[in-house]
Amino acid sequence: MSVERALSGSPLPSAVETAAAVRAGHRSAVEVLGERLERITADEDRVHAFNLVTAERARAAAESVDARVAAGEDPGPLAGVPVAVKDNLCTQGVATTCSSRILAGWEPPYDATVVDRLQRAGAVVVGKTNLDEFAMGSSTEHSATGPTRNPHDLSRVPGGSSGGSAAAVAAGFAPIALGSDTGGSIRQPAALCGVVGVKPTYGLVSRLGLVAFGSSLDQVGPFAATVADAAVVCEVVGGHDPGDSTSLPGAFPSVVEHLDDGVDGLRVGLVTEMLGDGIAGDVAARVRAAAEALAAAGATVEEVSVPAVAYGLSAYYLVAPAEASSNLARYDGVRYGVRVDAPTAGEMMEASRTAGFGDEVKRRIMLGTYALSAGYYDAFYGKALRVRTLIRADFDAAYERFDVLVSPTSPTTAFAFGDKTADPLQMYLNDVCTIPTNLAGHPAASVPFGVGDDGLPVGVQVMAPALGEVAMFRTAAVLEASAGAS
Amino acid sequence: MDDAAAGSRIDAEQVAKVAALARLRLDDGELERFTHQLADILDHAADIEALDLEGVEPMAHPVRIVNVLRADEPGAPLDRDEVLSQAPAAEDGQFRVPPVLGEAP
Repeated sequence: MSVERALSGSPLPSAVETAAAVRAGHRSAVEVLGERLERITADEDRVHAFNLVTAERARAAAESVDARVAAGEDPGPLAGVPVAVKDNLCTQGVATTCSSRILAGWEPPYDATVVDRLQRAGAVVVGKTNLDEFAMGSSTEHSATGPTRNPHDLSRVPGGSSGGSAAAVAAGFAPIALGSDTGGSIRQPAALCGVVGVKPTYGLVSRLGLVAFGSSLDQVGPFAATVADAAVVCEVVGGHDPGDSTSLPGAFPSVVEHLDDGVDGLRVGLVTEMLGDGIAGDVAARVRAAAEALAAAGATVEEVSVPAVAYGLSAYYLVAPAEASSNLARYDGVRYGVRVDAPTAGEMMEASRTAGFGDEVKRRIMLGTYALSAGYYDAFYGKALRVRTLIRADFDAAYERFDVLVSPTSPTTAFAFGDKTADPLQMYLNDVCTIPTNLAGHPAASVPFGVGDDGLPVGVQVMAPALGEVAMFRTAAVLEASAGAS
Repeated sequence: MDDAAAGSRIDAEQVAKVAALARLRLDDGELERFTHQLADILDHAADIEALDLEGVEPMAHPVRIVNVLRADEPGAPLDRDEVLSQAPAAEDGQFRVPPVLGEAP
């Protein structure tokens, strides 16, 4: 039930297959890299998944993996696996722009923990992927470097904000990629591009070196062509990091060993509020088909109401901009990035920020500044934080009866360029199914499950309580296996 | 917010004030456009404004960890020259900025 891709080329080996072949000495990392760079050369002009392709560095990294194999060492569970990294994750000495003019030319002095862990596991970074500026958006149209195109239909958006990472995996530029998810920025583009995307439990993956947007919501996670590849990346990049004070103790839950456990006896809840108004009929039909597939595999499936999620969008678009307005105060033309000269420091800061930020970022900074300002704090930000408590309480109640919850990831399949850029609220409504889990701090994954009426991919979202990654991955694996059959 | 029913949750004057607080300069066209868009978004948020949340605790963060302290042992900081090399202007090991107070020289 796969879509005829707009791009040429048959599927390439998965990350798991690639690492196994490289570790065993059957394939060289250099050869693996060459195969992916060939795809990039052929199709990147049309897709624009990358802000920067780091071919030379990648070749050096691949050569060092091969040297280690030749010396009898094991480079790690991602030996020789090419990976694309969202351009809001710091890479030492390699430009990190957040797709913003204000960070043009900035080269971080250190690697994000997740990038460091990938490289220590043998992965080879092939480039930095495009995003909505500072991860604010749902289409990758709000990028200072221009939009990324959906590999399934080049006239459609790839989703966002991690649209470049999703498109890179869908186009075969890399088997795996990293993104960040503040309100759906991994799951929604994964759904629109027909790949797997995972947002882990808040605190399971380090945020050190992730350029901050909404610090109480941001979480790094993988894109992959397969559920198993996503699971391996989670285990590699996840786990405690003393450099992130919000990092949870302990390792990432062992998900890989449970991928084949199935869903027999698992209790699956279908979220009523996420199947009604605003959800396209063809998308809802795929989600119901997914629920049937889970039932056929032995799960008990029932509808469940999680009433407070209806307020998620409003709460999120106060909380996230409030945090963003504070986080983005650091871009002032002093320590890094672009400066527009002016006679005084205050004028210089205003001129730099005015020239450096795009419209969506300005909107969110102003919205957040307003929500936090005297006289409005209680009416907006204070209330939004209380709604957050309600949402988590309603989820907790649902998780007393269910192991996982299922919904659409995105209300529609990929939409056309320009469809929603004029009306920010319409753009925000894309995130209605993904936002509640960020507010609660819970994990969720998007798994491709067939196509909509337009032939474009539909993603099914699997949500779980905090640290419920094992049940989430078990469900995702069954959906992946049955997606082709139904 | 007594004027909520009028649908004008935020006006141009307030947007101009917020922009100034956030160190952003808007031209007249931007001011009009952003005012309209922010009003739309805040109108949507009226659903939570109307909720009775008396007695509900605010949740600022999903993780209940407070005051995480590391061991008080010196570690290697980032290299100063390397960090300053990324700054728009630096001098004598420090960031250089235009005058902060008073008139420009």
